[in-house]
Amino acid sequence: MMGFDWNWQLDGWIVAAGMLCAVASSLLGCFLLLRRMSLLGDAISHAVLPGLAGAFLISGSRSSVWMFVGAVIVGVLTALLSDFIHHRGQVDEGASMGVVFTTLFASGLLMIVVAADRVDLDPGCVLYGAIEQTPLDKWEVPGLPFAVPRVVVVLSIVTLVNALFVGLFFKELKISTFDAALATASGFSANLIHYVLMTLVAITAVACFESVGNILVVAMLIVPPATAYLLTNRLRTMVILSCLIAAVSAWGGHVMAIVVPSWFGFRSTTTAGMMSVATGVAFMVAFLFAPQQGFLPRWVRQQWLRWTILADDVLTLLYRIEESAREVGGHPATAPGSAFAVTAAPLAQTVPWVAETLLTNRLAVKWAMRYLTWRGRVRPVSAKDGGADSGPAEGGGEARLPVLTEVGRREAETIVRSHRLWEQYLVTKVDVAEERLHAKADRLEHFTDREMQDQLDEQTDSPSIDPHGRPIPNPDQP
Amino acid sequence: MSEHLWRVLSLQDHNTRVVIFGTAILGFAAGLVGCLTLLRRRALVGDALAHAALPGIAGAFLVATALGYDGKSLPLLLAGATVSGLFGIVSILLIRRMTRIKEDAALGIVLSVFFGLGVAMLGIVTQMNRGNAAGLESFIYGKTATMTESDARLIATASALCVLVCIALLKELKLLCFDEAFAGARGYPVVLLDIVLMSVVVVVTIVGLQAVGLVLVIALLVIPAASARFWTDRLVVMMVIASLLGMTGSFVGAAVSAMLPRLPSGAMIVLAAGLGFLVSFLIGTQRGVLVRFWRRRQLNESIDHQHLLRELYEIFEHDPDRVSVPYEELLERRSWSRKRLRRMLEQASRNGWITENVSKMEFALTDRGETEAKRLTRRHRLWELYLIRYADIAPQRVDRDADAIEHVLEPEIVAELETLLDKELGKTRMPDDPHAGGVGS
Repeated sequence: MMGFDWNWQLDGWIVAAGMLCAVASSLLGCFLLLRRMSLLGDAISHAVLPGLAGAFLISGSRSSVWMFVGAVIVGVLTALLSDFIHHRGQVDEGASMGVVFTTLFASGLLMIVVAADRVDLDPGCVLYGAIEQTPLDKWEVPGLPFAVPRVVVVLSIVTLVNALFVGLFFKELKISTFDAALATASGFSANLIHYVLMTLVAITAVACFESVGNILVVAMLIVPPATAYLLTNRLRTMVILSCLIAAVSAWGGHVMAIVVPSWFGFRSTTTAGMMSVATGVAFMVAFLFAPQQGFLPRWVRQQWLRWTILADDVLTLLYRIEESAREVGGHPATAPGSAFAVTAAPLAQTVPWVAETLLTNRLAVKWAMRYLTWRGRVRPVSAKDGGADSGPAEGGGEARLPVLTEVGRREAETIVRSHRLWEQYLVTKVDVAEERLHAKADRLEHFTDREMQDQLDEQTDSPSIDPHGRPIPNPDQP
Repeated sequence: MSEHLWRVLSLQDHNTRVVIFGTAILGFAAGLVGCLTLLRRRALVGDALAHAALPGIAGAFLVATALGYDGKSLPLLLAGATVSGLFGIVSILLIRRMTRIKEDAALGIVLSVFFGLGVAMLGIVTQMNRGNAAGLESFIYGKTATMTESDARLIATASALCVLVCIALLKELKLLCFDEAFAGARGYPVVLLDIVLMSVVVVVTIVGLQAVGLVLVIALLVIPAASARFWTDRLVVMMVIASLLGMTGSFVGAAVSAMLPRLPSGAMIVLAAGLGFLVSFLIGTQRGVLVRFWRRRQLNESIDHQHLLRELYEIFEHDPDRVSVPYEELLERRSWSRKRLRRMLEQASRNGWITENVSKMEFALTDRGETEAKRLTRRHRLWELYLIRYADIAPQRVDRDADAIEHVLEPEIVAELETLLDKELGKTRMPDDPHAGGVGS
């Protein structure tokens, strides 16, 4: 039915175990991410070795309960020691974690080797379960009509505990994560919350290593929360989203583990590895397409802004050409030296000239003009009325510049008005040097709406000419 | 035993010589590079890279075997590891630059996803008919004790290269680590420098990885650098110390392991480096815990002395006819415990600032003590006056504020205060106590 080899009795339980591990980890992972302790899962996964060895040496049995307790104790110890070194020694968080987990790992290795005559302890075997073996070891759970894999039972309990902790102490977790001082001032201990969180991370990590392997939990602690972090700004949404992403990646990872190798003629591969790859895929999608933070939407927004600004600039330049053509003879001369001053008789007002003036390329200017024409702001000059409006165009085959329509003129007037009002404002109120005036006003003119214009107008006592002596157009009083 | 020790230390065995030489060189280079990554706040980048190498190794093996070559040739696997390590670095930099995700999470994402991919690929590799995949994982976990001469030579070459790059670009990398924005403003190619630095880390990590294993290479990158930080505030000194610590740790660890063959050399090296860290953590001369504790104590003691002298001065100033001050009266003036006051008085008397009567219950200032006390009181009151005049702080509150800063006022600032408050000082050049009369009434 599903097009590939899928057995609910086996694959269903594997996916269930993977999802439980994923949800349990990413619930806590959100807070680790915000506390900049994401690598704790990785550190614990290396550091638990002495806990296992110690538990074995003390209890003398390979029973999983002792191993579990030993590993959790060392896991918590990793977090505490890293904290201690970070605070007491003023060492970078990452570095203190690195120091602690490598040293713990080495001492664990040493313990195993020293005790090697008495024991036969293969760290790889004890430490890391495999998710594929989930369905093999089943328990009869009272009240259920069918046997449930041991791993699923254990992970369900862990997930439940984590969900209860996050659900009940959500407010406390939130405050102590973002502002520990406020938490303490509000009357509960941020430190206590921190240590409970660390303990739960250690328990979750160890429970997951033992049942589904360590790669999966390290990935699930970091990647789904990071993905959700790119998608939302709200903590509650982030926690829920990261659980969803984690669960879906776990399911998708198992499907990928079965399907992808079959394309190359192999049997299925490691599920845990593929599940973390699936979270990576989810992260990549969010990285590229997240509405606010994503790479592509941001790029598109930037390009759109660039484009509208260019169109505005072209429009106002056409307006200025028109204006200076109108003023030829008589009116106060334009101030020389200002960057955009359109001289009374420009040599060649062609597309290349516009492109050079606006510091861009011809193609962009041509497209901007086409866009303005499409929006009805300008119209191309036909052969008939040539030379009527715009300045004399020279340069042989070069196309003439289009002329403004009535709508276009009004729009250009508003922008030019903003520009010159800003210049006036900057000169009278802010004392900006003359040579820097134009650039500043140029940036501001694109983001000035009507309301701001009126305010500027009021602040500068409704001037009629700008600091360069050019008139400030006012569309309301033609 | 001692004969054996001598054999090891004089490097007579060929095998021991290779292992000790190789790890020591690696420790040197890793310590040096580790300083830069530590200051860049990317201490665990080696961890991420070491994990990110796995898909490259599996991929190189897959491709080579599929094409009919020997999948386990070392240069091939190294190339694969380097390529995927570089991919990992680029991903980290991209995530860091393009999103709001922090350094640690970026490292974690690359680490776990790449490692997961590697594990999944290994799952396929084991199914291949051709080629023997066994032992491919040991590439990640290393085999320090069986290091061969060619391994050591590879380590030496790569390490020398990395050290040279770091030294040649020292100034640029230093700026990058301390103030990235400033480096950018000065026109340095920040992104390029970042890539160079990370590539150096890739080389050290990959070379170390296959020689000594994942955990050891992380340890060598992190621990010596973190230890060196306790001894100095200067980057160059820190690099030298970290390199020496890395080298010494490797040497000691490898030597111990050679003497007691059952101990794994990788773990011994990590533990030796960890011991170095512990020692540095405690007694490092710049930031060590004990040194900082001692420094704080020194400061507290000198503050106590200054308070005592000022108290005595003010008592005598208030009542010029008095000859001495009893212990009990001093005790009431401030919240000193008996023991603390007794200790302060003893030290002040040892410094020749106060004299005491035979019962050690009555105290007076010596000439030297009076000069010193006058200087301290004057400093305190100048600052109080300044706060009242220029910072508009109420006279009732000014004592506490002045207390916080009087101990660190430098002579230049005192001189400046004097010129500023010239008019108020009058002939005695000693400002009046702003609380005089006010306290009692």
